[in-house]
Parts: sequence; structure tokens; C-alpha cells
Amino acid sequence: MKISTLFYTIRQGVVNIFRNKWYSLASVATISACLFLFGLFYAIVANFQNIVMTAEEGVSVTVFFHDPKDECESHEEGMFPTDERLYEIGQQIGARIEVSEVIFISDDEAWATFGPDYFGPNYADGFPENPLEGEHTYEAYLSDVSMQDALVTWLLSIPEVRKVNYSELTANTLSGVNLLIAYVSMGIIIILLAVSIFLISNTVAIGISVRKEEINIMKYIGATDFFVRAPFVLEGMLIGILGAGLPLALIYSLYNYTLNYIIERFSVLSTFLNFLTVDQVFGFLTPVLLLLGVGIGFLGSVTTVRKHLHV
Amino acid sequence: MAKKKEYLRKKRQQMIDDKGIIVLDNVSKSYSTGAPALNGISLNIKQGEFVFIVGDSGSGKSTLIKLLLRELTATSGSVYVMGHDMTKLKHRQIPKYRRNLGVVFQDFRLLKDRNVYENVAFAQRIIETPVSEIRRNVPAILATVGLAGKYKAKTKQLSGGEQQRVALARALVNNPSILLADEPTGNLDPKNSWEIMKLLEEINEGGTTVVVVTHNREIVNSMQKRVVTMKKGVIVSDEEKGGYIDED
Repeated sequence: MKISTLFYTIRQGVVNIFRNKWYSLASVATISACLFLFGLFYAIVANFQNIVMTAEEGVSVTVFFHDPKDECESHEEGMFPTDERLYEIGQQIGARIEVSEVIFISDDEAWATFGPDYFGPNYADGFPENPLEGEHTYEAYLSDVSMQDALVTWLLSIPEVRKVNYSELTANTLSGVNLLIAYVSMGIIIILLAVSIFLISNTVAIGISVRKEEINIMKYIGATDFFVRAPFVLEGMLIGILGAGLPLALIYSLYNYTLNYIIERFSVLSTFLNFLTVDQVFGFLTPVLLLLGVGIGFLGSVTTVRKHLHV
Repeated sequence: MAKKKEYLRKKRQQMIDDKGIIVLDNVSKSYSTGAPALNGISLNIKQGEFVFIVGDSGSGKSTLIKLLLRELTATSGSVYVMGHDMTKLKHRQIPKYRRNLGVVFQDFRLLKDRNVYENVAFAQRIIETPVSEIRRNVPAILATVGLAGKYKAKTKQLSGGEQQRVALARALVNNPSILLADEPTGNLDPKNSWEIMKLLEEINEGGTTVVVVTHNREIVNSMQKRVVTMKKGVIVSDEEKGGYIDED
């Protein structure tokens, strides 16, 4: 392609937008409406997921080991973990896919935490020695609460493990919420896609009637498919960028305002609900909406033009 | 590759010299419903000829033009234009083929949102003519059709006759071998019709083959050119210096 043809294509693409301003406006409005709904929905769902994920990160299981001082019947010779074995088990827990982080809590650390909780600040009175001596534990934080059962089953199969503390209710509730969000997201995305396709196909139909004659003339006087298509495709992509830019700006202002409003008016909420920052939301939303806008514009224009190329 | 191209070019030229620039041999065209639009027609038009194609509605004139434009392909028979076998022309080869044809329609078919200059320049842009040449060629061709002073005007501001002149300028700017005019005076008053026909005659005198489809009895009878008369998909008469044949 010659440079002059390239410049001509770009110029025509831009000029076309203004020539058919009503069609361009209708297209930008359609794409904007669809992407606005998509962006808004994403911002809400991403925050929900973040809140649930933060809650999930706090879910852990505690692993207790057999202790020679413990008088429980199940304690048998040979099942007490040596220091090396304890370290090895810690490494194995940390390597599990279900685990995001594992923390070793020595008997002293356990007493330092447990003592004040149960006996008050003077917890050491009457306990010349650490009553939890030898009671080392591991605190394993879950990467995915739905995999808690698998982890617990595996932990209980280790001979040195005496007991595993976990909350089935918390895990099940969080898993349930996660699943619900996934189903609702899927449902809304399907509805949004259907609405988008309906709106865009209608806009494209208008475009076809506007362009039919022009494309026919171009073809009759010997324009190649590429020469006919290129300015229209460029025009479609520019409309797509505009159609994505508007909802991005709108959602940005709306999100910022809402977030500040919640933080100011309902500060209690923000202490235990972890909202995503504007940067976190738009770090994902900006490229995705721009890509979607350009993609919709590209497909819309290619479909419109292709129907009339066989003249 | 270059040798093959040269061989094909010579072969096409040989065909044009021997048989004509437009050669139809026993051509039929049927649509999915109804009687065939063309029924076994044969026609040879020599390079540099001026030919009228006349006939009533439904006689097959428009189908013939569409075959020559390669908008349609024949159901049977062979069509050669400028030595190109229309049945073998691939979709991607059609644009290049059409650049050697100038086409003028009854409804002008101009790009309404562009001015006179842009409409004519467009035909040069699609063949990637350098901008400097476009700036030279377009005013020259506009002067030929008598529109030198109106290059900035939007086409909707022009009269029917002026719009048809723009269409003619667009058709001629790339120096086509053949000019196809489909009812070029159909939307014009007698004065403008004659002016357009005079221009077509001048273009023909310059060596371009001109094929005019028309209903205009007066023009056909006055110009004393070759007249091919069609009726219900067949050629009923083909006369040198002919006239418009009245129905029954």
C-alpha cells in the first residue's frame, strides 16, 4: 500500500465519522451503553469477590501433633515427631496446592498467646513451666476454602498428627458465596451479551442502508475489497474507542464518588469490608473495555461492509 | 512470471484484433424464476465502435450490461471483454478488470457527500495514482466535460445534466478502453441529453469503445450509429447506421 493511500484511508475513516454523524452517534451510544453496563457490573462483582477473598484468606486450619506428655491413649511410641520430622511436615504442608501460607507456632509462642486469653495478664502465675511444652502446631492458611476437606483428610493421614482444627461452616459458607457470585456473574454476562448483540446488530442494520450505495459505487469503479473496507473498519474501530472511553470516564467518576461516600458515611463498613481502589478496578477495566470497544467496532464494520462487497 | 504476463497480454490483444473488444457467443442467462433474461445471444463489438443497445423493459439490456461489468456470470455460452474470459475471472481480479471500463448510470451514482473534484479524484485514488498526477488529471477531465468552474460544488447542488457530466468525467479519468453507458439520458431533458450524447461521441472519436443502452428514440435515429435491438432476451436486429425499431 502506498503512503498516500494509507493517509487517504485514515483521513476517510475520520471524515466518515462526521459525514454520517447520526449513524456514528447511534453506534457510539450503543457501544457505550453495553460497555457501561459491563463495566458497572464488573466493578460490583470484583468488589464482592475481593471481600470474599479477603475473608477466605483469614480461614486457616491448625495442625496439632502427638506429644509424649499427653496422656491420651492414642499416643504411641514412635508417632511423636522429631524436630527434623516436624520441619519436614511443615515443608510438605507449605507445598500443598490448598495452602497459601503456613506458619509454625512453637509451644512457647502458643502459651504466650493462649495464656493471656484464658488467664488474663498474670497468666504465668502458678505456671512455673509452660503447660503447653512440646505442643508445637502449624497454622495453614487456605488458598481456596473449597479445598479445605481435601487438606484436612491429607493432614489426618500423617501418623504424627493428633488433631486438625477447622471450621466447616465458614468454609462452606464462603464456598457457597463464591459459587453464587460465579453463577450470578455468568447469568448477567449472558444477558449483557445478548442485549449487546441485539443492539449492535440493529445499529449495523442502519449502517448497511447508509453505506449500501456508497460501497456499490466504489466497487463499480474498480475499488478492491481492501480499499473499500479499510476506511470503514478504521471508522468502526474509532467509534469503538469512543464508545469505550465514555463509559470508562463515567464509571471512573461514579466509582470514585461511591467509594468516598461509603468510606465517609459508613466508615464501620470499610473496617471489615475491603473495597478495591480505583486503580485496582481500572487497571483491569481500562484495557478490557478498550479492547471490547475496538473489537465490537471492528466486527460491526467488517460485517456491514462484507455484505456488499460481492458486487 | 513476466513472460507469462506478456504472453497473456499478447493473447488478449490478438483476440481483440481478431474478434472484437466485446465478444458474446451463444450467451444465456437465467435467474432462479421466470424465463431466461438472455437466450443464446451472440454479439461482437470491435475496438473503437459506438453501439446503441435498444429494447423495451425486460428485453435483457440490463442483464447484458451486468454481464459486461462482471456483476453477473452467464449461465451458458462465453463472454470475452478486452480479451478476458468473464467466466474465468476470479473475484479478486474483478477490480482491476473494471478499472479499464468506464461506467455511467441513469441515476448518476455519485458520492453525494463529496464535491465534484473528490468524486472524480476517487476513481484515480483507487488505482493509487500519485496525488500530483490526480491534481493534474482531474481539472483537465473536468474541463473536457465543461465543469472546470464547478469542482468545489457538492453534487447535490448540480443539475441532472451536470451530475451526469461528473459521472462521465469519473468514468473517463482513468482512460478506459470501453465506456458503458446505461440509460445516460434517462433522467435528463432533451438539451442536456444531446450535450451528453455529443460528449460520448467525442470520447468515441478519441478511440474509446462506447456502448450506450437507451430508450431515447430521437437520439438513436439521429446519430446513425450501429444499433443492436433486443427483445425478450434475444437480439432481433443488428444494423450499422440503424434506427430505433418500433414495437410491432
